Amino acid sequence: MTDLDDTEQALVESLRRWLADHVDTATQARADLPPAPPVWRALADDLGLLGAGLPEAAGGLGGGLRAQLLVLQTLGEALAAEPYRSAALVGGAALQAGASPLLQGLVQGDVLPAWAHTEPGARGLDDPLSTTLQPQGAGWRLHGRKSAVVAAAQATHVIVTATLQGQPVVLCVDAAAPGITRRDVRTLDGGGAQELQFDDTPLPADARLGGADLLQRLQDLAVLGLCAESLGVTQRLLDDTREHLRTRSQFGVPLASQQVLQHRLADMHIARLQAQALTAAVAAGVDAATADERALAVSSAKVAAGRACRVVGQGAVQLHGAMGVTEEAAVGRWFRRATQIEALCGSSAQHLRRIDALLNLDR
Amino acid sequence: MIVQLTADEAAFRDEVRAFLDQALTPALRLAGHRTSGIFTEYPANNQWHQALATRGWSVPHWPVAHGGTGWTPMQHWLFASECAAADAPRIAPMGPGMVGPVIIAFGTPEQQQRWLPGIRAGTDYWCQGYSEPGSGSDLASLQCKAVLDGDHYVLNGTKIWTTHAHHANRMFCLVRTTRAPKPQQGISFLCFDMDLPGISVRPIPSVSGDHELNQVFFDDVRVPASGLIGKPDDGWTVAKYLLQHERGGAWAPYLRSRWRRLQRALDQAFDGARRGCAEHHDLRLKLADAHVRIESLQALELATLRARQRGVDDPAAPSIGKLLGTELKQRLTELHVQIAGPAATLRVPMEDAAAHALALAEDPLFAMSSYLNDRAASIYAGTNEVQRNLVAAQLLR
Repeated sequence: MTDLDDTEQALVESLRRWLADHVDTATQARADLPPAPPVWRALADDLGLLGAGLPEAAGGLGGGLRAQLLVLQTLGEALAAEPYRSAALVGGAALQAGASPLLQGLVQGDVLPAWAHTEPGARGLDDPLSTTLQPQGAGWRLHGRKSAVVAAAQATHVIVTATLQGQPVVLCVDAAAPGITRRDVRTLDGGGAQELQFDDTPLPADARLGGADLLQRLQDLAVLGLCAESLGVTQRLLDDTREHLRTRSQFGVPLASQQVLQHRLADMHIARLQAQALTAAVAAGVDAATADERALAVSSAKVAAGRACRVVGQGAVQLHGAMGVTEEAAVGRWFRRATQIEALCGSSAQHLRRIDALLNLDR
Repeated sequence: MIVQLTADEAAFRDEVRAFLDQALTPALRLAGHRTSGIFTEYPANNQWHQALATRGWSVPHWPVAHGGTGWTPMQHWLFASECAAADAPRIAPMGPGMVGPVIIAFGTPEQQQRWLPGIRAGTDYWCQGYSEPGSGSDLASLQCKAVLDGDHYVLNGTKIWTTHAHHANRMFCLVRTTRAPKPQQGISFLCFDMDLPGISVRPIPSVSGDHELNQVFFDDVRVPASGLIGKPDDGWTVAKYLLQHERGGAWAPYLRSRWRRLQRALDQAFDGARRGCAEHHDLRLKLADAHVRIESLQALELATLRARQRGVDDPAAPSIGKLLGTELKQRLTELHVQIAGPAATLRVPMEDAAAHALALAEDPLFAMSSYLNDRAASIYAGTNEVQRNLVAAQLLR
């Protein structure tokens, strides 16, 4: 994101300061999973950012998607973007679409709605859903398995996608509902997730938040959030690499004086600049776009962000030398997240196929 | 990309479209369509330039006082997009884009009066004398010598890669006027007429078979000293200013129009039984990838324009624009050759392709000619290696 106004600049600065004081990525990858996501409570109480993009009527700041993406980019710099992306951005949009009374709780930090869309064997984009919803009395019952649900262990609610008579639905499930089996897993970036099995979990009538349109929009938001986070991740990788080239000497001269290293750094920077410009441009246009236009724009941003993750991530490790492949240098941990981002929410190859299909709709 | 136009911007776009509908003759469109080199053929270029001048749109980027349009960045972008989509000839930049802004910034009122009207109207055609056989990327090492003799400079030496020197009636030139400790010192920026005695032009055929490039020789050429732009020995300052202009501008509208042409070529190459075959599928994905790259470049160019409007100028932006624009264009011309297949290996002038009972398709010929000509894109206006040096220098300051 670029062109920050003063309010946005202040938001980023205060969040950045807080993260510098409170987030230690060197230990979090190996430590036991904390009972609550480390940043969640503070985002509500100290920083007031859980509602950064949500309407003022729900207690939010009304900054819209752009504010949420700025938060995500800044969290990405500190490797702390989850569960803000899945819960505040995607979960928040789901609750908002369903006019759920839980939205206010989310802004206050008391409600954490985990985003449970991925199923075992999923490829990330346009996956068929095997989780099903069936009518039962005045409500519903839910059956199926969800995979790698970020922050599910700490969630108060789970936003679940399923099909009802073959049509997609988006549901809000109380995390304490009966008939849920859980398995804790860790993720590559040091975070926590769960495998969830719903066995005829009973849901009230008002559990349904929306249908196919909402599902598509939530998926696009999830992708755009990932793009924004990646900008923070690649920024940190670039900053560290730049500093390394300036300060490390070999053959009696600074690495920064070697043209082959200079050119690689330039290409890393340019790849990131493009991803940044495209993410910001797409974010500015999505509200006014049709669903197809939005999908085309979001997929383009994901491919550009994925390319930047690879070019910057691999370049940062290479230019750091052997330090780059260790757990000790920060660059390795940021590289892992960059790698994870490219594989999440649909690979670059999948998004290119979606782009191709959307470009050829009328052919 | 989803570009939201205001009502005013939409009206402006319609105005441009209406003008293009009326002013772009089929012959001009065809010349634009066949531009496989850096510039459109000289006669069509000039005819189109003069049509734009009649409308007041030949030098839109210039200050309004000198005939510019005062458009917003979005209007410039819309104009470029519409011209590219309509296959308008590409106006050669040496006058309007290069020496014009230099004369505006550094020229005396007398010099501005003498040269700007001809550039604006398209009655003058300029060429650029920068590179020499021994001075390419290392431009500051140039040796072409000018010695002051009364109110004339006496010019001896040679310039090379001088695009369209064989069409130009004027030249702007970097010459060495003083030997100084630093190579950047002692260089001067001179403008003069190409019909002066002692100037000779040797054609250099390109790998595509086209004649765009030349070597120019100066043999005791007497150039009026009134053609000196800026201060004597301070030409490097002028040259650097010009390079910023040369590398500026927006590539995305033009690349988008070229991308659409590739999409049409792909439809034609894979119709009937070939439709949907594995190669068709592979090439479609390459076009999708090129789409993403154009969208990214466009977003970056628009962000750079908006930042410049706010007075925020990234010193590396011209280099980044040049790198991305030229490398993406090369990617497209390479993909075009892949789409064209073996038919691209014939060597037939485009205008002869259909002029026979056994007609040949023109597009594959265009594809190969573009590919060959475009290898120059990452070399001219400062090689892309030099541009990467400049970007890294900003990053590692």
